[in-house]
Amino acid sequence: MKNLQSAPADNEIGVLIDQHLESEGPMLPILHSIQSAFGYVPEDAVPLIADALNISKAEVHGVISFYHDFREAPAGRHVVKICRAEACQAMGANTLADETLAKLGLDWHGTTINGAVTIEPVYCLGLCACAPAAMVDDKVVGRVDTAKMATLLKEAGA
Amino acid sequence: MKIYVPLDSAAKALGADEVAETIRQEAAQRGLTIELIRNGSRGMIWLEPLVEIDAGEGRKAFGNVTPENVSALLDGTLEGLGAVEDIPFFARQTRLTFARCGIIDPLDLDDYEAHGGLAGLRKALSMTGEEIISQVTDSGLRGRGGAGFPTGIKWNTVLGAAAEQKYIVCNADEGDSGTFADRMIMEGDPFTLIEGMIIAGVGVGATKGYVYLRSEYPDAINIMNKAVNIAQQKGLLGDDVLGSGKAFDMEIRVGAGAYVCGEETSLLNSLEGKRGVVRAKPPLPALEGFLGKPTVVNNVISLATVPVIFEKGAQHYANFGLGRSKGTMPIQIAGNVKHGGLFETAFGMPLGELVNEIAGGTASGRPVKAVQVGGPLGAYMPLSKFDTPFGYEEFDGQGGLIGHAGIVVFDDTTDMLKMARFAMEFCAVESCGKCTPCRIGSVRGVETIDRIERGDSSAIPILTDLCETMKDGSLCALGGFTPFPVMSALTHFPNDFATIKEAAE
Ligand SMILES: Cc1cc2nc3c(=O)[nH]c(=O)nc-3n(C[C@H](O)[C@H](O)[C@H](O)COP(=O)(O)O)c2cc1C
Ligand code: SF4
Ligand code: FES
Ligand code: FES
Repeated sequence: MKNLQSAPADNEIGVLIDQHLESEGPMLPILHSIQSAFGYVPEDAVPLIADALNISKAEVHGVISFYHDFREAPAGRHVVKICRAEACQAMGANTLADETLAKLGLDWHGTTINGAVTIEPVYCLGLCACAPAAMVDDKVVGRVDTAKMATLLKEAGA
Repeated sequence: MKIYVPLDSAAKALGADEVAETIRQEAAQRGLTIELIRNGSRGMIWLEPLVEIDAGEGRKAFGNVTPENVSALLDGTLEGLGAVEDIPFFARQTRLTFARCGIIDPLDLDDYEAHGGLAGLRKALSMTGEEIISQVTDSGLRGRGGAGFPTGIKWNTVLGAAAEQKYIVCNADEGDSGTFADRMIMEGDPFTLIEGMIIAGVGVGATKGYVYLRSEYPDAINIMNKAVNIAQQKGLLGDDVLGSGKAFDMEIRVGAGAYVCGEETSLLNSLEGKRGVVRAKPPLPALEGFLGKPTVVNNVISLATVPVIFEKGAQHYANFGLGRSKGTMPIQIAGNVKHGGLFETAFGMPLGELVNEIAGGTASGRPVKAVQVGGPLGAYMPLSKFDTPFGYEEFDGQGGLIGHAGIVVFDDTTDMLKMARFAMEFCAVESCGKCTPCRIGSVRGVETIDRIERGDSSAIPILTDLCETMKDGSLCALGGFTPFPVMSALTHFPNDFATIKEAAE
């Protein structure tokens, strides 16, 4: 991934927007491309998207803010998502989440001081038969207990 | 020697990638020639990673394989499970929609065809739109996404709508806790979904399809994208589907983490690039759907079941089931269970049998307290309702719903007040914001349940009233059905809402 601190240049964003302009309903594909390139959707992208799609900046903001996935600021280097939904709760997900957040001294959506890990809640990963479940970036993990979580966090540098 | 190691997310979440890598290395070290196939999951998640070895005498299964016991596996000293087909959990199933899942290489189109794939499409290509739709109607197939609406009727509306462009939109948002059938079929047999969408397209006269796939499923997204590419290269998708002269093409679109976008009109707004706010109906999506054009919106399993209906015949499918719930349902068994996984069976099996026999009771070994069926908007069923047969009307009659057929089991340590609170909290987090009873009511709901927890029994009637308001004043089932888990918890488990603290005072 790119250095998250440096603001991306307009032409970099422009390329990502242009590749979707032929699509029907290009907005989400554009936002996903931008977020996967930069780790978040930079403020600078908003007027460019608005321009390209011929809609207002407020509308673009409206879309970005509606969806849980899109970030307006960079996350930590790794994102750990812990499932909070019912099947995982039936297998102790609440305790796992509480312990993890307490250990890191974070609330949901918080990032460790060293910038390594952001903890996010997620509502079901489709791993409900091997609960509790978590995801580290794009990697799925099942039957997560305290020890497994500690390993995951250590690997992620938390 | 063929070795099968599932690539299914649940198998991966339990270490399948590491097992596959270790097998590759060990085999190379031993100079053993193997063909390593990454198949879908057979659905017995508690046995994953479930590795199968075929040394010429049929496939033999090995459960819970770890990198550490790969050596023994290759030595032939690891204790196995025999043939998958003989494992009771598997043997008791009727696999129609999931017939190929776990058996074939998901991205091998020839393997797909060799196992019955494309036979349904070939038949459909020789039929008129009306004939295709009457097959679907005769099969009795009802929407597997939750509402159970007859698929044939929906398709017929789209067929009858005149427009220069129509669409097939597959709802792969699968947000319900306890469900993973969509994910499993997309990862384990993606061409089935593609074939089903083509048949739908040819049937109603739509030439373009989209799969709206939740972002929480990166593996399914990856496999579906590859499958679509292969289908395009092999002429299954494109201007001339299998040389029929008919056109159908499709794309995978990724959602963005909003539960409500599983609701079909919210999904369409999202696909168009808008906020995923629910639309009022009418107009029906069948008449004014994606970009205002006639659109079939169907769940993954509804569409993925279409090929087998055409392959084996509508009547064959309709012969399974119970009453107006025809065919089979891939039931997903999850939560606190010994044997969690996917169990496809004809409608009609009583809930208690599914929980106690098929699932083998709880993983914790403690007594079952409640079972939530149908996702976060489904009721908590107490043991007294365990004789309810698995069917749309049967569950409805018990104040429940089968939804997407996830069943989540809870043991006796569960605090049902907490589960009711969570239902309200989830509604508050995921509300699209359009209706006050849903957006604000759910926040009030959390506060009210907190008051009950503190021992204020006067808050109980307030909660009941609030649920009535949400039921009556919500546009969609998020606000409208959240009262089901809440009220079922309150009604069937009053002790958890009891004023113990009050009594102590
Ligand atoms: C809040 C909410 C969430 C829903 N989520 C899904 C979903 O994830 N997948 C799905 O197929 N249907 C979901 N539905 C049902 C859809 O609105 C719709 O009925 C379904 O996609 C139609 O397809 P089917 O007839 O094949 O079931 C949801 C409905 C509501 C109200
Ligand atoms: S009930 Fe809730 S989610 Fe559904 S339309 Fe109303 S506000 Fe949106
Ligand atoms: S409920 Fe946690 S993975 Fe489904
Ligand atoms: S329909 Fe009017 S507030 Fe929901």
